[in-house]
Amino acid sequence: MLKDVTLGQFFPGKSILHRLDPRIKIISVILFIVAVFTASSAVSYAFLVLLIGLMVAISGISIKTILKSIKPLLIIIIFTAITNIFWTTGDNLLVKWKFITIYAEGVRAAILMVTRLITLITGTFVLLTYTTSPMALTDAIERLTSPLKKLHVPTHEFAMMMTIALRFIPTLIEETDKIISAQKSRGADFETGSLLKRAKAIVPILIPLFISAFRRADELASAMECRLYHGGDGRTKMKVLKLKFLDLAAVLFFIAVIAAVIVINKFLYY
Amino acid sequence: MSTIIKVEDLKFSYPIDENTYREVLHGLTFEIEKGTFTAVIGHNGSGKSTLAKLLCGMLAPSSGKVSCDCDGKMLSTDIEDNFFEIRKNFGMVFQHPDNQLVATVVEEDVAFAPENMGVEPSEIRKRVDEALSIVGLSEYALHDTHKLSGGQKQRVAIAGILAMLPECIIFDESTAMLDPRGRDEIIATIKKLQKEKDITVILITHYMNEAAQADRIIVVDGGNIIADGTPREVFDKDELLYNAGLEAPQSSNLVKRLKNAGADLSETVLDPTEAASVIMKTIKQ
Repeated sequence: MLKDVTLGQFFPGKSILHRLDPRIKIISVILFIVAVFTASSAVSYAFLVLLIGLMVAISGISIKTILKSIKPLLIIIIFTAITNIFWTTGDNLLVKWKFITIYAEGVRAAILMVTRLITLITGTFVLLTYTTSPMALTDAIERLTSPLKKLHVPTHEFAMMMTIALRFIPTLIEETDKIISAQKSRGADFETGSLLKRAKAIVPILIPLFISAFRRADELASAMECRLYHGGDGRTKMKVLKLKFLDLAAVLFFIAVIAAVIVINKFLYY
Repeated sequence: MSTIIKVEDLKFSYPIDENTYREVLHGLTFEIEKGTFTAVIGHNGSGKSTLAKLLCGMLAPSSGKVSCDCDGKMLSTDIEDNFFEIRKNFGMVFQHPDNQLVATVVEEDVAFAPENMGVEPSEIRKRVDEALSIVGLSEYALHDTHKLSGGQKQRVAIAGILAMLPECIIFDESTAMLDPRGRDEIIATIKKLQKEKDITVILITHYMNEAAQADRIIVVDGGNIIADGTPREVFDKDELLYNAGLEAPQSSNLVKRLKNAGADLSETVLDPTEAASVIMKTIKQ
């Protein structure tokens, strides 16, 4: 059951989006988010949705996966839609029934907010998490934040922690599954009873999990020491990131997108 | 032949609390020759894993001295300035396959040690490709580490050590968590390293069949060396092994018991094939 947990799932591929420099992808995502928040007219949203469609098509990721990734956020999306529909006031009354009043402005705000959320989520997923390996991503974060090293921010250590965390997520999930089975075989009950009872039943899973995680951490530390790990100083990388023409084009493209959104907002306001 | 590790009157104690210590190794003295395959055997708690950590400088001796040959210089493991040199030349592969892999992708993990050493990127690439081809995992370079089998994970760990270009690799019960097939994979890799790459191998184990394949066996019991010699010499002392909570391989034992029962068998054997041929010879006579 825990096997279904996907965190920062990566789909290997060879598309343009896969080949972009991970640093550029992070910058592009930031630019894209700026574009989404700048958009205020329906036409500019339509433009962004079109852009997302194009990116999905280029990335080669199926629509089904995209929809699946939106599913966990459905509650937030519905909640946003409802609050916008019922709490926005305006001039054009659509429905008035007992205490429910819906204005045309409310419907419009709801549609735009939902579009904004969905474009934000799919944009980040398609541009970043789905098309970038976790290692490349941590590497990029380390390099982008490296100027902070001068301020004694431990950027290398953060990146290393992320790498190790990503490495051990599947291992610890497997371990949790084993512990759950072991406790079940001794009569532990995780499925019935009150919420409090079920919460208490998790304790015998967490304690062995923590103990084993600490033991693993200890062994991993020795193994890393044995392989000469001594922090980020004097460390080199096998894969050197080099900016290509394509990367520059990507940044310019997303800046153009922000400009386009601003222009559309101004002249095609609907 | 030159000496690669020299151990002189090595003692080691673990602290129990502030003032009390428990001594687990009581003065060991031995030398390991360059390019040899040595097995260290002993039952659980005999101090063999502690010995492994002392040999590669992961622990410093409480008294006595361990010196490791690094590019012609004998460096002592109790001096902190030597740690980097020693660890570069003396790699260690641990018991648990999962707990020694750092990265999610095979080749990234193999590159970890040379990256730490500050090797040039193009040179790292070369070392990683070569290390993976030695352990036979070239086609897995871009795979997820956690999806590999136990034996494959241990081979990735070996490749990770090989990428440092070490003189000696210490295997601390590296086969204990594996199934028989994984164990065979690792032992085959170890022998290949020793024969083809001229790497000194020290194998800490409690599987007698693995120890039988070494050039030399050191038996540790209760923190002392109780036997040291070729597998034939060591397995011949079955009573000594039995008292140390160990047992010679089944085939050695069988021949020994036949001999004790009055059969005319003079040799000590190491594996079933040898045992069969010795017994056949006697029957024919």
